[in-house]
Amino acid sequence: MSIDKSMNVLIVDDYKTMLRIIRNLLKQIDFNNVDEATDGGEALAKLRAGNFGLVISDWNMAPMTGLQLLQEVRADAKLKHMPFIMITAESKVENVVTAKQAGVSNYIVKPFNAETLREKIEKVLVHA
Amino acid sequence: MHDILKSAGGLAASLAQIRKRYPDADPEMVAEVVHAVLDTMQHDVLEKHVSLLAAVQALGDTISAAKAEIAALRVDDITGSQIPSATDELDAIVAHTAAATDVILETCETLDKVASALDGPLAEQLQNATTHIYEACGFQDITGQRITKVVATLQAIEARVMQMVNAFGGPRPAVLMAPVAVPLDAAALLNGPQLPSQAMDQSDIDRLLGSFD
Repeated sequence: MSIDKSMNVLIVDDYKTMLRIIRNLLKQIDFNNVDEATDGGEALAKLRAGNFGLVISDWNMAPMTGLQLLQEVRADAKLKHMPFIMITAESKVENVVTAKQAGVSNYIVKPFNAETLREKIEKVLVHA
Repeated sequence: MHDILKSAGGLAASLAQIRKRYPDADPEMVAEVVHAVLDTMQHDVLEKHVSLLAAVQALGDTISAAKAEIAALRVDDITGSQIPSATDELDAIVAHTAAATDVILETCETLDKVASALDGPLAEQLQNATTHIYEACGFQDITGQRITKVVATLQAIEARVMQMVNAFGGPRPAVLMAPVAVPLDAAALLNGPQLPSQAMDQSDIDRLLGSFD
């Protein structure tokens, strides 16, 4: 199954540098329609207003965390099937389990490499 | 009075009651009161109480010594300049590394543009190199989060020092660190990067996620 790389992707992180890194890595694998948000609240507003096919979000942000964003997305009738990848430095078992129970599509631990990002994106979009 | 002083346990309980009733009482004042009571009782105590009273005296001496030691530590220096200075230095490290990372990323983006104008193995080689640089620049996020944890620890130490000074009758701090109002379960999940020896790597996480399928 081919992946539509022209889809809009929303990346969410409170570190501008991280947004820039992910944006560039996405560009290298031909995802060029990328928008950004620096916390969960801003991301949720953009998701509700826009037409996105994938969310890639950090966890540790304020005031709304990535987990809260995920819960809001899964509770929203319009967004609940949105592929959602968490990219975070939180690598404890309880974090992964909590994210999975909240409906995360995949989970990438920082620091990560481009191959992991590509592989997880393909996996969640094929199953979407 | 003799009934109250029947045992060390009884004395400790009484002191605890006094402390509970008057939480802001100056320990120096308590010591003075103890001395005054001892003075009035000196002709009335029994032999068996002498060691107990000596213990009370020692308690007063310990409080005085602790106060003197805290004063000698120059706690004002720690809370007033040393810890704030350390946190400023750490903030500066974050700012400098962020600025340097921005320059690296900007240069990398230029190289990416050059790569897209090229064909063949050279273009591929150049893009692979920029990919590795992008990956490595993720260090700025991880080190930033680690430094934030260290700053939080320093602030917690500062708050504890101020509380200790306050408890021993020192100057009351203008602001005590208030706990951040984050629900316990949410806060417990925000730990930042783990030390490599304690962290799960991507393959551990993939296995864990796979166990849900």
